[in-house]
Amino acid sequence: MSDVVEKTLSALPGLFDSQTGAARITSRLRQLVKSITELTSKNEEESLIKQELSSMKEQVSSPNTSMMREIMVRAMYCEMLGYDASFTYIHAIKLAQQGGVLEKRVGYLAVSLFLNEGHELLLLLVNTVLKDLQSTNVIEAYMALTVVAQVFPKDMIPAVLPLLEDKLSYPKEIIRRKAVLALYKFYLIAPNQVQHIHAKFRKALCDRDPGVMTSSLHIYLQLITESPDDYKDLTGSFVTILKQVVGGKLPVDFNYHNVPAPWLQIQLLRILSLLGKEDRSTSELMYEVLDESLRRAEMNHNITYAILYECVKAIYTIHPKAELLEKAARCIGNFVLSPKINLRYLGLKALTYVVQHDAKLALQHQMTIIECLDHTDFTIKRETLELLFRITNAQNVTVIVEKMLDFLHGCSDEHTIIHLVGKVAELAEKFAPDNSWFIQTMNDVFSTGGDLLQQDVPNNFLRLLAEGSESKEEDDQLRLYAVNSYLTVLKGDASHLPQRFLQVMSWVLGEYAHLQESVDQREVIRLLTQLLDQRSVSSETRVWILSALTKISEGQTDLILDLAESLSSSQDTVLRQQAQELRQLSQDSQLYEWVLPRGAPWDSMEVDSSLSFLDGFVSEALAAGAAPYKPPHQRQEELCEDRALNLEPYSFSLPVSLSSCSITDRQSPTLLSVSSGLSGNSTELSQKAGSSTLILEGVKRVWGRDGYLRQNETTAPPVDEPSAAVQPSGQQEAAERLEPQPEPSTQNQDKLQLASSLFVGLGAGSSMSLLGKSEAPPPRFRKKPRPHESSSSSSSGTSERSSDSSSRSSHSTTDSFLYGSLLEEEPATSISAFSHTPKSSTANGLAQNKDTKEDRRANTSQILGGDMVIVRPNTFQDKHPSLVSSDLTALLPADLKDLPHSDVISLTSDPSLSLSSCRLFRDEALLLVILISNCTETVIKDVAVQLTCEELETASLRGNVMNCLEGNSTSVCHYALLMDEPHTNVSFTGTVSYQTQPGHTNTLSFSGTLSAADFIRPLVVSTEEYGKLWLSLSHDVKQNLKLLTDASDPLRTTLNALKDALQLHVVDIIGSEGIVACRLLSGAPCLLHCRVNGAALAMWLRSPHPALPDCILYHCQRALAQH
Amino acid sequence: MQFMLLFSRQGKLRLQKWYVPLSDKEKKKITRELVQTVLARKPKMCSFLEWRDLKIVYKRYASLYFCCAIEDQDNELITLEIIHRYVELLDKYFGSVCELDIIFNFEKAYFILDEFLLGGEAQETSKKNVLKAIEQADLLQEDAKEAETPRSVLEEIGLT
Repeated sequence: MSDVVEKTLSALPGLFDSQTGAARITSRLRQLVKSITELTSKNEEESLIKQELSSMKEQVSSPNTSMMREIMVRAMYCEMLGYDASFTYIHAIKLAQQGGVLEKRVGYLAVSLFLNEGHELLLLLVNTVLKDLQSTNVIEAYMALTVVAQVFPKDMIPAVLPLLEDKLSYPKEIIRRKAVLALYKFYLIAPNQVQHIHAKFRKALCDRDPGVMTSSLHIYLQLITESPDDYKDLTGSFVTILKQVVGGKLPVDFNYHNVPAPWLQIQLLRILSLLGKEDRSTSELMYEVLDESLRRAEMNHNITYAILYECVKAIYTIHPKAELLEKAARCIGNFVLSPKINLRYLGLKALTYVVQHDAKLALQHQMTIIECLDHTDFTIKRETLELLFRITNAQNVTVIVEKMLDFLHGCSDEHTIIHLVGKVAELAEKFAPDNSWFIQTMNDVFSTGGDLLQQDVPNNFLRLLAEGSESKEEDDQLRLYAVNSYLTVLKGDASHLPQRFLQVMSWVLGEYAHLQESVDQREVIRLLTQLLDQRSVSSETRVWILSALTKISEGQTDLILDLAESLSSSQDTVLRQQAQELRQLSQDSQLYEWVLPRGAPWDSMEVDSSLSFLDGFVSEALAAGAAPYKPPHQRQEELCEDRALNLEPYSFSLPVSLSSCSITDRQSPTLLSVSSGLSGNSTELSQKAGSSTLILEGVKRVWGRDGYLRQNETTAPPVDEPSAAVQPSGQQEAAERLEPQPEPSTQNQDKLQLASSLFVGLGAGSSMSLLGKSEAPPPRFRKKPRPHESSSSSSSGTSERSSDSSSRSSHSTTDSFLYGSLLEEEPATSISAFSHTPKSSTANGLAQNKDTKEDRRANTSQILGGDMVIVRPNTFQDKHPSLVSSDLTALLPADLKDLPHSDVISLTSDPSLSLSSCRLFRDEALLLVILISNCTETVIKDVAVQLTCEELETASLRGNVMNCLEGNSTSVCHYALLMDEPHTNVSFTGTVSYQTQPGHTNTLSFSGTLSAADFIRPLVVSTEEYGKLWLSLSHDVKQNLKLLTDASDPLRTTLNALKDALQLHVVDIIGSEGIVACRLLSGAPCLLHCRVNGAALAMWLRSPHPALPDCILYHCQRALAQH
Repeated sequence: MQFMLLFSRQGKLRLQKWYVPLSDKEKKKITRELVQTVLARKPKMCSFLEWRDLKIVYKRYASLYFCCAIEDQDNELITLEIIHRYVELLDKYFGSVCELDIIFNFEKAYFILDEFLLGGEAQETSKKNVLKAIEQADLLQEDAKEAETPRSVLEEIGLT
């Protein structure tokens, strides 16, 4: 090594002597490369590069720029080798800025390699780019465009946008092309900013140069992926272009291996498939050209296969046409049977896609699929499993899952494991043939997936065990099997098992160990305690184990007390607390009985979500001087108010508590005693209360009037029994007979056997699946859907206790529905619907062959029969974009009537209830009023509304729980919604649960969207104040907007239009300029400065919040576009 | 396309182009992992690879591996042809290209790539047009420096 360094060092003086020659420049890099090639170890390389970098550092600090280009190249080289040359970044920008064309080229290249979008130095490049874009030298403009299309700071887009728009009509096509790609890049990073130039995109699409047109397709692909409906009118154009391309109308330059513009073809095919998806009339426009593409792509070359593959995908995505499907299927055959491995892979991929529509195709290629299953290539194997996953049914599930698990055992890639294990769990839940298989498979899933496993796998599994199916007996058998299996596992060495698995086991043992009467409960306790002692067990798992022990410790005080004692000094607070609980409970059997009643039927449980049983306690606490509870949004409001300096002397605390008390509606002011001088907070209070019986702090539990609620342990009242998954042996034989016979004798017997077990059951269902998706077989373990996903998020030891409302609503809702109005409306189908015995599936199968209307009805009825909760899509809303008669507005509470409000919009409805909503604009919040109307004559009981919105802070103010709703009456509940972070649009979802007859809870879900415009309020300021505020704000955005020119005073008209749409406050209009102010509720202000600029309105927005201007700009653009 | 890497059979990186913003640390990690995975694959295996949530398409030309990362819905075969077209372009530009051409003139290789792919999408697929654009920019360079062929380099470092 040393002599290499010596050589380099000795060469240095010589270099400095003659650094003018261009030959020197490249040879310097050469020397570096050469010396590196000669090195033998990483260490040597490191020290050499270090030396190189430090000599570069010296050189860049000298003012001589002639070396700079060469230094930059070397810096790029060093960075590529993985060394940090960040000191050269700034010089790269300088080089692009100051150098001649040659230097610029290298400078821009270095910038695009060194810096990524977010890098702060990039801001320094903006001016250079602006200058070069305006340069008369084409090369300079073109280099600037190249860099803009790769890296450009998002915030500075408005600065270059006008220049780019100009470039779209530049005479040279290379410039137009790069400009289009730069706009594409902008669209990807900041779609709002380029929203107004969609018309220009169309111009680019019609460009006479095919290269420019091709580039514009990138943008269109993106736009159409997001909202295909807006671009249906372009279908004809795309089809024409494709026709021309396929017909060889483009210049020969665009051919690639004699295929005309394959990249363009593929892009167009992708666009067409998006446009034609689920749209018959649009699809019909493209059948011909797709057919021609298939026909033309004949040559045996990768590129034709690439086009064919895209074609097949398009044909299967758009509205189906039998003739084309047949051709496409044949085409897939060519892929699958190809000796080339790459094509075979794509064949499998295409099959995976296609079997969702037509499972028969997998049958045709079964022998190939089996070969691929044993392929040495990991990629092929994995894709084959993906394919098998898609064709799994109740009959082949055991074989397929076995194959998947085999693969998993030999696999070490984390991503693959997580991905596949999830699929195995899904299949096991859906198709398990029997209990023992199911539990064993899940054991495998847990032990293989380990702690990488996604949380919802164990959650779903436990929910399935807990909620069970309709038959208690079967559920108990499954639980019993699980218990037995886990006891066996725990008797062995459990130290290597993943934590998740241990958690699942301990929960199951805690809940169901009592089902196993032949095993002494003491033995179970011993096993669990043993687990607690193991070092490898995490503290989270310990909590699970301890809560399991709590559940089974009844009457085993002697075993438990020591344990509780030792753990009550644990460092983990949760553990310590649980140990305390355990000790309390084990000493007081009455309390134990009350808190953890064994086998209490779950429909006897009643949950008091208003926590009214605490009322007495609360009033006592208030009387003792505690501060009343304030909902979070109120707290925040007060916090905002507090932010200003308080110049008043501190006041006596009493008036505060008086005033805030009158706001909360639960306790009456009479409870306040004048002597209350102390103020505490509510958590402290609940602690005080808990200490008399139990420590409640931090315990996630649901309490009701009757004590502790064990909702999950019990089962639903037995409804009719489906269990259609039991496979009749005759059916299997029939399925086997339907298979096409594979060629005999040449293949070995094993494979044939495997094939018959893998592809069983595919033939029967496939005949009808050409149009529309085939019916999924009824799952064995029918999970009860949750009305909302929130309950799955609880991951701690208490995850098994889902929230009260979910348990109530997941009660069998269907019967009342089916016996009710639905039965009257559709008598023919409901019969098969409510007798969901295996017969019902045959009834459905028959219905499939009849006309489509009948078919659809049969399907709906099966959905109703299969799922417990009826979640109706908002079709009603779509059909009648529905203003509900204004008499509903009259129902608004008197105190809200004066607020500005929107029209009343229907949200959703079902035979019993109809829901509509109205938005009221209060200064500091948006009030969402939900009107619940009872459409029936009878009383509806226990109406509860739940509203969720991820982006917004929501608080129910009034009326979300009602004991009863009289017939033909309407009730009102309202929510205050707060938006802290600006979002252009947010959606909310919610559910209403209610009872038409006792014990039958129905659920109705609804959803809707709110726009940021709902949260924008006028900010009333004077021109002077506006000026001051303007200077103090930092984030600004500039943009040209459309000016409404049809009136005499365009500026005023435009501003008024914006004011109407967005509740802005127009502060002042002076000549051709206008200033406008608004704020996000009572939070961040946003100032808008508008100036008439020719036919456009130049708008300049400033706000302390970085995202707010973008958001407002978006709505301004929309408002003006709609005007 | 998310990124493109060129590396040698020895695992040495020759070219890297990232079309998604990533930190240096991530880039290094991805490069290391990918180079290892791809080099471990046997020649008869297929050119596609599922890796994390991406699809890797790679092809070996002599001692160089060209490796692209695409998203799941992208077409693997056309990506393979993108690689091939890039190699064709390099070949035409350098005149039967070899790894050394790319090592010593890697900035040129970048220029060609930027002309062919921009922001991760195929920009210009006509071979003639790409080379025309490069030649135009090069013409300026020609005036400023003496022409030197890569061949002389080979002799210079004694690797021929």
